Amino acid sequence: MKLVSLKNISFAYPNGSALLDQLNFELYSGERVGIIGPNGSGKTTLAHIIMGLIKPRSGLIEIFGQKMSSEEDFQKIRPRIGFVFQNADDQLIYPTVLEDVAFGPLNLGHSPEKAKELARAILAKLGLSEFEQRFTHNLSGGEKKLVSIATVLVMEPEALIFDEPTTGLDEQTRRKLIKIIQDLDIAQVIISHDYDFLAQTTKKQYLMKQGKLVYDESVVMHKHIHVHPLGQVPHKHEEG
Amino acid sequence: MLEQEFVAYKSFIHSLDPRIRLVQAFILSVILALSSSLPILSAGIAGAVILYFLSSLPLQKLLSRLLVINTFILFLWAVLPFSYPGQTLFSLGPLSASKEGLILALQITLKANAIMTIFIALISTIPVPTIGYALQQLGLPEKLTYLLIFSFRYIFVLEEEKKRLLRSLKVRGFNPKTNLHTYKTYACLLGLILVRSWDRAEQVHKAMLCRGFQGKFYSLHKFSLTKKDFSFFLTSSIFAFVLLMLEYINPIFSK
Repeated sequence: MKLVSLKNISFAYPNGSALLDQLNFELYSGERVGIIGPNGSGKTTLAHIIMGLIKPRSGLIEIFGQKMSSEEDFQKIRPRIGFVFQNADDQLIYPTVLEDVAFGPLNLGHSPEKAKELARAILAKLGLSEFEQRFTHNLSGGEKKLVSIATVLVMEPEALIFDEPTTGLDEQTRRKLIKIIQDLDIAQVIISHDYDFLAQTTKKQYLMKQGKLVYDESVVMHKHIHVHPLGQVPHKHEEG
Repeated sequence: MLEQEFVAYKSFIHSLDPRIRLVQAFILSVILALSSSLPILSAGIAGAVILYFLSSLPLQKLLSRLLVINTFILFLWAVLPFSYPGQTLFSLGPLSASKEGLILALQITLKANAIMTIFIALISTIPVPTIGYALQQLGLPEKLTYLLIFSFRYIFVLEEEKKRLLRSLKVRGFNPKTNLHTYKTYACLLGLILVRSWDRAEQVHKAMLCRGFQGKFYSLHKFSLTKKDFSFFLTSSIFAFVLLMLEYINPIFSK
């Protein structure tokens, strides 16, 4: 099933310089897609266009087979596509973790009891139960990221978009995140410029180039062996 | 900055419904702020001490906080007796101290300390977000409630931002002095924090939209009154009522 379809999307900054130029993109259920590209190439803009947070200058957006044109159209589909922001502080708005995770379900019309129950369940699933009553501002960067993923997953989305999920994560949290992503069986779009991360979490990678998404099968993700200082000290590299 | 260290204790006061605590703190402080009778203010101090005792907070913390406010009051003691007209009590060279001025300084001291102590005992023991929800239940408009809650959430982020900017200034050799360069730098710093807050607010709003926000907030918080709350409310209301009666009915206690 086609979940997301973008046709001839163009976007430009108010000063006129084009960012996205006649871009096409499709996401099917079960797909895991990586989008890679340099800073400022329009990756985040693309994600925001899919979520209806910014309007493209031209082009056609279809989500779950529906043509998206107004804010109301997007309001309906947003809970079905989870979007994990690059900066977790933007996503965590409530003082305590449980309240924050319950925010989505409450917006969907669940009762406070049900919302709490759903929030607890997802926190438990991600191994974050002990954070329930913690103040969000006291969490570490990695903990914030995991909680922000919980706030999205609790809405039971049919697809997920991650915007630069590995920024500022330590090795341990990064491994945990990879595990979480691998265990999810919904379609995912992961925006990153972290090749190793994309290689472990996605099957297909697009390159953002001159305002378009380029799929080049000759670009092969591979595991590589490298030299580095302290190499003789026993250590482990992540599995590819 | 906002450590809220008093929230972590367990006591009779901590177990009371936050709404009751807010209402009582309000009633008592209004009565004490408006009263000018020394016996009533002394009774207020006594009541405040009892409340503080019931909150099981360490005495030392109270004293260190009261020290701050009393430092300001010290200036009043130095100024008021000599500037307030009235019956001369003693003279220091050309300055004469009035009895009325001294009484006024004493009143302010008693009021400030009693109200501070009541607030520390009753209010500083409630987590800020809970204060927000409790105020909402007491009729505070939803927008103001969430303004308080969001401020509490993001004030830490802004503080982090400020610290980061100050550190980056420091490593580039910035050394604040009383000169135009320093003022300009601080102005830029402030402007930058403002601009970044604006950007962040936009991002936060987008993130809220993504999670189905449609302009209405829902609260997980439910408060329920217990017998303990009623007895506390009754006792402290009687205390407040007695203070009020002393103020307005019994002429002995009035000035």
